[in-house]
Amino acid sequence: MSEDVAVMQAPVYLQYHFTAGRAPTRFLRRLKEGVLSGQRCPRCSQVYIPPRGSCPACGVATEEEVILSDKGTVQSFTIVHIPIPGNPIDPPYVVANIVPDGANISFIHLLSECDNREVRIGQRVEAVWRPREEWTWAMENILYFRPLDEPDVAVERIGTLPVTGLEG
Amino acid sequence: MAERAAVVGIGQTRYKSKRQDVSMAGLLREAVDRALADAGVSFDDIDAVIMGKAPDMFEGVVMPESYLADALGAVGKPMLRVHTAGSVGGSTAIVAASHVQSGSFRRVLAVTWEKQSESNAMWALSTPQPFAVHLNAGAGGYFAPIIREYMRRSGADPNTGIRVAVKDRRHGARNPLAHLQLPDITEQEVADSPMLWDPIRFLEACPSSDGACAMVIAAEDALSGDKPPAWIQGVAMRSEPTMYAGREEVNPQAGRDCAADVYAQAGIRDPRRELDCAEIYVPFSWYEPMWLENLGFADEGEGWKLTLSGATSLDEGGDIPWNCSGGVLSSNPIGASGMIRFAEAARQVRGDAGDHQVPGARKALGHAYGGGAQFFAMWVVGADRP
Repeated sequence: MSEDVAVMQAPVYLQYHFTAGRAPTRFLRRLKEGVLSGQRCPRCSQVYIPPRGSCPACGVATEEEVILSDKGTVQSFTIVHIPIPGNPIDPPYVVANIVPDGANISFIHLLSECDNREVRIGQRVEAVWRPREEWTWAMENILYFRPLDEPDVAVERIGTLPVTGLEG
Repeated sequence: MAERAAVVGIGQTRYKSKRQDVSMAGLLREAVDRALADAGVSFDDIDAVIMGKAPDMFEGVVMPESYLADALGAVGKPMLRVHTAGSVGGSTAIVAASHVQSGSFRRVLAVTWEKQSESNAMWALSTPQPFAVHLNAGAGGYFAPIIREYMRRSGADPNTGIRVAVKDRRHGARNPLAHLQLPDITEQEVADSPMLWDPIRFLEACPSSDGACAMVIAAEDALSGDKPPAWIQGVAMRSEPTMYAGREEVNPQAGRDCAADVYAQAGIRDPRRELDCAEIYVPFSWYEPMWLENLGFADEGEGWKLTLSGATSLDEGGDIPWNCSGGVLSSNPIGASGMIRFAEAARQVRGDAGDHQVPGARKALGHAYGGGAQFFAMWVVGADRP
C-alpha cells in the first residue's frame, strides 16, 4: 500500500481586464442609465441581449440598437438549493431564464418576491432596480425580477413578444 | 474513411473522489500502462500521443500537457491536446482514430483524465462574467431549466429521472472501476435525497471523480494483443453556439446531425434495433430520456416511456441497455468521461466488459457532449471489420 502523496494548497486568483467592444459598451452605458438594450440581426431580425456585435446564428455583424422593456417572460427556471461560490445569496432561490419584451433570447436573473412553488414557465415578470445612485455598468443594477399581475404567455409565444409586451 | 482502424488496447484507473496516492502524471500513467499492456505493445510501438482534458481551471494546473510529455512516452513524438469541454474524452478518441484512418500514423495512444480533487470544478464553472449577473451555479444550474422544459413538453412521468439514477448505479455496482458502488440503492432513497437544482436531486447528479482512461488505436496492419479488436465503424463530431435565438436546447440540432452522420457511416437505420448497447453521456439522470430522443432511439416526447419500460436496463433484460458500466452518473472524471463512454462501448464489442457485459454485443455506440450541450462526439464500434 503506497503512502498518499503530499497535497498543498496553492490558491489561484484571476483578475480580468475586459475590453467590452462597441456593442457591449453601448449596452453597458444604457444599463448605467437604467435601460435594457439589445441589437437586431440584419438577416434573421432576432434581437439579442446582451448584444455582442454579431448574430451567433447567422454569423453577421449587428448594428441596429433596440431599446427593450424591463418586463419579461420566464422561459424556464431552476430553484437552487446550494450556495453559489463567492455569492452571499441564501438558498433556496429562483434563477430564471427571462426573455425581456422586445428581445428574442433570455438571460438569467433572480426571481424574488414570490412563492417559489408558484413560479412557472410563461410567467410574466418585471425588474426591480437598485436605487438610481447605485447604478453602474452591470446587470446587478437590477436587484431581481418579481411577478407581474398579467396572464401567462403561451409557451409557443415565449421569446416573441414585442417591446410593448402582451398588449403588442 | 481511408484506412480501417480499431481499438486494440483499453486502460482505466479505478474512479474515486480522491486519488491522493498519485500525482497527475502517476494517475495518467496507471491508465496508459494498462492500455499498453492490454494491446501487448510498449511506448516504442506508439507513433503519436493524443491527450484531452476539460478546462485547466478544473484542476488549477495550466497547460498540464507541458510537463506530461515524458510520463506519456511522447518525447520525440507528436503530441497534441484536444479540448471540447465535457465532450473532450470523445473528441480525443476521434482525433486519435482520425490520425490512424488518415494513414498518418499506424498506432496512436489516446489518454484523457481529470483529477477533480485538486481543484473545484463547480467554482471553475461559476466565475463572474461581465454584463451578466453572477448566478452561475455550476453545470446543474445551467441544465436544470432545460430539463424542466423537457418535462413540460413531454409530460414525462416525474419519476423518470429517479428510475435512471437507480438503474445506472445498479449497473455501476457490476463495474469494479465505478466510483459510486451503490448496489442496494432504492428509488425512495433517490427521491429523498436533497434537491440541488430543482428538478435535479443530489442522487440524480453525477459525482466528482479522479481518474484516467487510455486507449491504443491501431491501423489494420498494426493490430496486436490477445483480445479481439473493436473496429471503428463511424466517427462524427458536431458543434453549435451556446445561445442563439430559437435554439432548440432540449433536443439540440448538433446532436441530431452528429447521430445521423455516425449512423450513416456505420450503415445504421434504426439505432434501437441495430445497436446492441450504448454508452451515453448522462451526467444528470433526465438526460437519458432526452438523449434517447435526440439520438433517434425514441420519437420526440417518447424517450421517458422507453426508460420506464426497462428497455435501457441490463438488470431488467432490456433490448437496448444504456450505460452498463454505470455511466457518468457513477463516475465522472470530467475530461475522461467521454472517452470512458467510447472505451466501454469498445469493451462491449470485444466481449471484455466483465460483469456488465451485454451478452453477444457486436455493435455499440459511444457518445459524449459538452459545453452548453453544444459539442457532440460519437462513434460506432463493432466486432465486425467494416
